[in-house]
Amino acid sequence: MTSTDHGGDVRLSGISKTYGSFTAVHPLDLTVPQGSFFALLGASGCGKTTTLRMIAGLEEPSSGTVFLGDQEVTNLPPYKRPVNTVFQSYALFPHLDIFENVAFGLRRRGIKSVKKQVEDMLELVQLGEQARKKPHQLSGGQQQRVAVARALINTPRVLLLDEPLGALDLKLRRQMQLELKRIQTEVGITFVHVTHDQEEAMTMADTVAVMNAGRVEQLGSPADLYENPHTTFVANFLGTSNLIEAEVDARSGDEIVLRAGGGKLLLPEARCSAPTRTGGKVLVGVRPEKISLTHADDAGDIPAGRNRITGKIAATSFIGVSTQYVIDSPVCPEFEVYVQNIDRDARLAPGAEVVLHWNPAHTFGLDADQDIEAGVGTVDEEAAV
Amino acid sequence: MAFVNSIGRWLKSHFVVIAGLFTLGYLLLPNVVVTVFSFNKPKGRFNYAWQQFSTDAWRDPCGVADLCGSLSLSLRIAFWATIGATVLGTMIAFALVRYRFRARGAVNSLIFLPMAMPEVVMAASLLTLFLNLGAQLGFWTILIAHVMFCLSFVVVAVKARVMSMDPRLEEAARDLYAGPVQTFVRVTLPIVAPGIAAGALLAFALSFDDFIITNFTAGSTVTFPMFVWGSAQRGTPVQINVIGTAMFLIAVLFVLTGMVIGNRRNRQKSA
Amino acid sequence: MATATPDAPPLAPAPAKRPPRRRGRWTPYWLLLPGLLWLFVFFALPMVYQASTSVQTGSLEEGYKVTWHFATYWDALADYWPQFLRSVLYAGAATILCLILGYPLAYLIAFRAGRWRNLIMILVIAPFFTSFLIRTLAWKTILADGGPVVGALNSLHVLDVTSWLGITAGDRVLATPLAVVCGLTYNFLPFMILPLYTSLERIDGRLHEAAGDLYARPFTTFRKVTFPLSMPGVVSGTLLTFIPASGDYVNADLLGSTDTRMIGNVIQTQFLRILDYPTAAALSFILMAAILVMVTLYIRKSGTEDLV
Repeated sequence: MTSTDHGGDVRLSGISKTYGSFTAVHPLDLTVPQGSFFALLGASGCGKTTTLRMIAGLEEPSSGTVFLGDQEVTNLPPYKRPVNTVFQSYALFPHLDIFENVAFGLRRRGIKSVKKQVEDMLELVQLGEQARKKPHQLSGGQQQRVAVARALINTPRVLLLDEPLGALDLKLRRQMQLELKRIQTEVGITFVHVTHDQEEAMTMADTVAVMNAGRVEQLGSPADLYENPHTTFVANFLGTSNLIEAEVDARSGDEIVLRAGGGKLLLPEARCSAPTRTGGKVLVGVRPEKISLTHADDAGDIPAGRNRITGKIAATSFIGVSTQYVIDSPVCPEFEVYVQNIDRDARLAPGAEVVLHWNPAHTFGLDADQDIEAGVGTVDEEAAV
Repeated sequence: MAFVNSIGRWLKSHFVVIAGLFTLGYLLLPNVVVTVFSFNKPKGRFNYAWQQFSTDAWRDPCGVADLCGSLSLSLRIAFWATIGATVLGTMIAFALVRYRFRARGAVNSLIFLPMAMPEVVMAASLLTLFLNLGAQLGFWTILIAHVMFCLSFVVVAVKARVMSMDPRLEEAARDLYAGPVQTFVRVTLPIVAPGIAAGALLAFALSFDDFIITNFTAGSTVTFPMFVWGSAQRGTPVQINVIGTAMFLIAVLFVLTGMVIGNRRNRQKSA
Repeated sequence: MATATPDAPPLAPAPAKRPPRRRGRWTPYWLLLPGLLWLFVFFALPMVYQASTSVQTGSLEEGYKVTWHFATYWDALADYWPQFLRSVLYAGAATILCLILGYPLAYLIAFRAGRWRNLIMILVIAPFFTSFLIRTLAWKTILADGGPVVGALNSLHVLDVTSWLGITAGDRVLATPLAVVCGLTYNFLPFMILPLYTSLERIDGRLHEAAGDLYARPFTTFRKVTFPLSMPGVVSGTLLTFIPASGDYVNADLLGSTDTRMIGNVIQTQFLRILDYPTAAALSFILMAAILVMVTLYIRKSGTEDLV
């Protein structure tokens, strides 16, 4: 496969899906390039699965078109699309053994001698021994690999994965993430992966589209999304963000000077996705692990040019590699800070006065008209289900 | 005293087992009697009191006029009623689970009511219909009636199975290049088959053993249960017991064989 | 005869004038049509015919005409109220006996049978394959005068008590109410056991341990946890027993006497021997209405609406 081949491109233009008065997916334009590992990330009910099902042909779009390469497939039924799906909880046929499950697609396309192909595919997913077992006799991880094999054997132009790892325990999930990534690199097929697990999306995908309430909030590489979120939803849904309401005071070169509480904060203009009129409001964000914590007594040692905020430690929790602090600050009541446990300062206990400071280059700016809490907690709720 | 106490404690902890086995005995006692009396040589016309051991009836099960004719008629009716009720009931079950349509409540009651109606009421009203239409009572009226009362039971059995089937299985089939017909034949039908089989078996048993509705709709046609009913007035031949025992044994053998095969297959698979 | 009446719109959807916009829109109706038509013509329509017959007058020779002769109902009730009452009493007694006898067995299969579970299930279902008439006739042998069962009951003076209660006569069991109830109980016991077993089997065995852990004695556990959770089974079991038992005439005929005739016997004789169709139709209609009212009230009260 070369990068000039576009047969495996998925192009969605203006597709939407409405059920009665409920809009599951708002008109959406999306291009997934050939050979990429693309993740649709969002909480349950955000429209990510509906989008996937429209690509598979299992759901009819209310408007818009779906292209695979140069071929329009909007009105093709699923059994005529060169696309295969790994279903949530796998949907392995319980009445067929593993071999017949994997052979199903080939047989339906009228291929007579499937033995060699199926055996090779089962070897690829390391299930050669299990060929004559029924799905319920396999473990969750094995079933998952059968589901992948059953889809991949048809060499689809695009492989769709609907929460493929949701039913596995944490350790197995990690292992399968790497496994899927390996397979994808090996076969070079376009993967479109739907998940609510931000860590899963970030480890596996080249490109992630974060969806919320039927819309794509932001699209980009995992690092890009994390370091420079454009909406409060992305900032809160992907990891944790500290958001402070601030007012635009002035500009100096490439940086915007903001006022929050009594202090001043610097924000690179390139990292601000909001309009910045002087006097206007902006949400300033910074990730908890970018912040350093210094006891108020040592405030003088902090280098100049860093953004600073003062506060008092409200709670600490030790979690091995790092310690997480919750800081009560005048500009933000629950400021989170993660500090690596390299040199632990014994004075940093609840009640201690501290100064928080970070490199202005890690600051990002968001439109203050949004819900500051958007995306908070959605991941945890999902995980609890 | 300690002995009495320990007996008391044993009875207490095994109360459920003892009571359950008593009920099982109550259920099986008549079958034991039927079997034992199939080896009887009664003096009069009725086979109610034990006289002496004999295998005459077993050697000549069709030795009574009309008995085997009625048996074969019952089997034929049960066969066709099973096919009719299973096909119609399966279609309804699929419609109920898979589709949205109007007046679902009315449809549900029309299916539920035949099960909540004493047989004699259905029998009597069906007879008024047949009388009013001037229909000739016999094979066809019996068959019509049997399909009618077996239908709802098939719907219930199949519906449960269709409902418990993961809809994603059919989506997976369509995703793997199976068209609508292939999806139904290769995936839906095999998975729903146990439900359909259960419904069909139930329909067969209900139809074969039905007496009350048949009594009203048969006219002068004699099915096996009607033969037994008639013989209860005229005299019960031992052959009735032979057939009753044989059916019991065949059923038990059938089920046991199925179980043994199923067990062996499972063992092979997991080995 | 297959024309759709106004009260049954779902059976016959109006023919599509233009081709349907999407395939599959009419599919449910085509799937439902044959079966529902069958039920409509051979179940619902006969009820209408029966209702009409019940208000007809005439004779077999001259034919019957609808004369809205509602007096048939009053006459039928006046003549046959003892049989109605008897049907309710016998069916009620048989239902309660089925519950008392069936519950331990269902419980045994669900929780205590272990590897015997399948065998016991087979033994519960297998008798079905011997015609129930043959099995009912066997009770004639079991309860025969002077037989071992009657002899045992007699020497334990049980029959003295039951005779005093009026459910047996002298030293006979056959041809008494006891024999009929015994036969009804026997015939409908599996219909009680199977739904009970289904609902008991769904109960998580750990609930028993949890109740025990929370200081409930075994009987309290049963009363507060197991029994309430098996209520759906109790409700459908009692319905599946009571409804057919109340309309049965086989047990009363084979094991009873003229003093134990139930309403089913009357309907059968009126219809098939005396050929008094209006009276028979009226009786059948009253039975149907009574059952429907009782069942509706019962389901309301026990709060289990989704039995289908």
